[in-house]
Amino acid sequence: MPDFLLAYQSLFAFIGINGLLALSVYCTLCCGQLSLANAGFMAIGAYAGAILTQNFHAPFGLAILAGTILPAVFAVPLGLPVLRLRGVFLAIATIGFGEVVRLAFVNWDYTNGALGLVAIPQKTGLWTIWLALAFALYVLGRIRGSRPGYALEAIREDEPAARTMGIATTRYKVSMFALGAALAGLAGVLEAHLTFMVAPNGYGFSRAVDMLVYAVVGGTTAFYGPVIGAAFLTLLPELLRGGGQALGLAPGPLRLFLNGAILLAVILFVPNGLASLPAAMQIFRPRRPPRSAALR
Amino acid sequence: MQQAINGIFLGSIYALFAVGYTLVFGVLDILNLAHQAVFMLCAFAALTLVGQWGMHIALALPLAAALGGILGLVLERIAFRPLRGRSDSNISGLISSLAAATIFEAIALQLFGPDVSRFPFGSFPDRPLHLGHATVSALQLTIVAISVALMAILTALLRATPLGRRIRAVAENPRAARILGVDVDRIIAWSFFISSALGGAAGVLFGLAFNSVSPDVGRSIELKGLAVIILGGMGSVTGAVIAGFAIGILEVFTVARIGSSYRDAVSFAVLFLILLVRPRGLLGQAATREA
Amino acid sequence: MPLSVEKVERAFGGVRALDGVTFTVGEGEVHGLIGPNGAGKTTLLNVVSGLLRPSGGTIRLGEHRIDGRPAHQIAARGIARTFQNIRLFAGLSAAGNVIVGEHLVRKAPLWRRMLLLPAARAEEKAALDAALLVLARVGLRERAFDTASALSYGEQRRVEIARALARSPRVLLLDEPTAGMNAAEVAAVEKLIREVAAEGRSVLLVEHNVRLVMEVSDRITVLNFGKVIADGEPEEVARDPAVIAAYLGADT
Repeated sequence: MPDFLLAYQSLFAFIGINGLLALSVYCTLCCGQLSLANAGFMAIGAYAGAILTQNFHAPFGLAILAGTILPAVFAVPLGLPVLRLRGVFLAIATIGFGEVVRLAFVNWDYTNGALGLVAIPQKTGLWTIWLALAFALYVLGRIRGSRPGYALEAIREDEPAARTMGIATTRYKVSMFALGAALAGLAGVLEAHLTFMVAPNGYGFSRAVDMLVYAVVGGTTAFYGPVIGAAFLTLLPELLRGGGQALGLAPGPLRLFLNGAILLAVILFVPNGLASLPAAMQIFRPRRPPRSAALR
Repeated sequence: MQQAINGIFLGSIYALFAVGYTLVFGVLDILNLAHQAVFMLCAFAALTLVGQWGMHIALALPLAAALGGILGLVLERIAFRPLRGRSDSNISGLISSLAAATIFEAIALQLFGPDVSRFPFGSFPDRPLHLGHATVSALQLTIVAISVALMAILTALLRATPLGRRIRAVAENPRAARILGVDVDRIIAWSFFISSALGGAAGVLFGLAFNSVSPDVGRSIELKGLAVIILGGMGSVTGAVIAGFAIGILEVFTVARIGSSYRDAVSFAVLFLILLVRPRGLLGQAATREA
Repeated sequence: MPLSVEKVERAFGGVRALDGVTFTVGEGEVHGLIGPNGAGKTTLLNVVSGLLRPSGGTIRLGEHRIDGRPAHQIAARGIARTFQNIRLFAGLSAAGNVIVGEHLVRKAPLWRRMLLLPAARAEEKAALDAALLVLARVGLRERAFDTASALSYGEQRRVEIARALARSPRVLLLDEPTAGMNAAEVAAVEKLIREVAAEGRSVLLVEHNVRLVMEVSDRITVLNFGKVIADGEPEEVARDPAVIAAYLGADT
């Protein structure tokens, strides 16, 4: 068993990181907002952490803290005006934000512009990542079914109606936006200290789309759905890599194609994501109607 | 003066691209994020036709545009139509188009590799002409002429033909249009065809203009396109045209005065400013805030 | 605390949906709001509950002005409502919907739940029990855990009422609560309205069921084309020639 773990260590590490990223997107999806800003927040967290450990020899813990909190701080002034916009416009504004962040880093000489930083001390262990993921899952799981959790659900379904029940919708949306930013930043710091490097082009629009794909494919009705999506879409290209090469398919395009094709299949046929499949399949087994939990 | 000409040149391509974007949004209320992928694929198509099959560019352009139109039809049928009845169709449509864009990009990456490809030397006669103090190449003039012509044809189509009237009817109120006997499905298909054909044409022209085609060429113009349609107003073709030229000129002047690293900053600045101050844009009508 | 609406105006482009609407609903009063289709009744409820801003006039709850304030603040002052086209949270159960309705009266700090404290558990149980109680009041206790979208039309309307009552509001705005209900359900809603008013709450009832409104209201305001054309006790309003003309003339 330990051998298996060692051999696939990096794969598990990336599943963990992608899981965190998927959860960061879930934060805004669960209250009905489609945000593509999290790659930008991830970049902020990654750079912040990397600068601290590389240039200031700060302890890793501090870097993690900074990388998690700083994006959340940025998220609030961005979120307040932008979360008032309707779905499509919000998506566009967040795409814009992501690009602004990327370009800012490309043009920032202190961090070597487009080349980014290399030789970042490798401090991220597999356990660090999975601990972070477990923590994120715990927090989001506890939010579900709590008073704010009900409020978020209401906002997602019908925001004006939620407001007439006294729910301060903007405050909740901005909070989840900031929480998502924090999780994305956390993933960023951890990844930077795993792959030794940060570069602006690793945090562009494609990254943001990847995260969204994980969350949507996994499904956002359950709080653990996005992690399932991340695991599935991180594993699949690896499993198919051999077969792909036999067919002459390069790994990059193959992964991209799988992401796109699976996302399309999910959005068309299983819109609630893979995590909803077990419940959907119960239709084929006649039994007494499932008793919804008090929450749903 | 030279800057103005360069700006018009750039703007004409932005405008042509954005016009297709906004047409689909006006009709379907969905942002088709695969538009830029069609743009990119058609650029590659023209490149292949000219570079590998030795076709003349005058023939390759309409063929590539036609390919764009067909891709648009495929997109509509597979990625958008099945989602039509759903309550969250705006968001799921967006995601669906993202999926399609990703698939198109993957195909392009596999077929053409990630590097920049160029048109073979001499694909297009490139004589410099002089207008007063400014220099402009025959290529640039032709591109502007073609863009403007296509946009003029589109405007005429929308205003004066039965098809155009039906498209506008569906854009205004699909249910009323259906009651009045309009075949809404076919009109939507037509809109996609036209939109993607124009987007494809814009791609070919872009490839010619900068003589550089790569799979991420769509990404770079996508942001500009978004800024243009937001500025012009979602759903307004005229708005897109005006805004396209405006942003093109603005960008060129910014690069000339401030520096080339800020070229993209212009689009984003415009984007955020408009979204925060007047999300409707210049001529748009879509509701932009939550109820 | 009476709800007073004074000269409220609301225009959409050139159309005056509400034109100088004035009336008052006292504590414990059931106030009917009727009028032909398009008279502005739902617009008025939207303005009072804060989903729309008035273009003019004032709305007060007691001495507090609430016109133009954000909807969630108006709700916090004690105004709750139902919707004409039923806006339940379809993915939640009936009980879940009512629990959302309890939002303002729950005291459930998140950190307690994060730390798995028994106090959090106890509060959640209390919230569920309270929701079940309200559902029992509208006769839907057995359907509490069914998904809202699985309920019949009439049942959904009753859940909406329960959701509005969940936080013991001072003012209850009901927008066509009995549309699509059978006679037994309508009678039950009538009884409920009387009980709610007897508890000292104000009820503003928009309805097309004229018989129900006549029976249960203490006063009635009649709107037509955004203007008040009659205001008074049910018998007076029923005899008012302007009201009769409006109903006969309009293609209801």
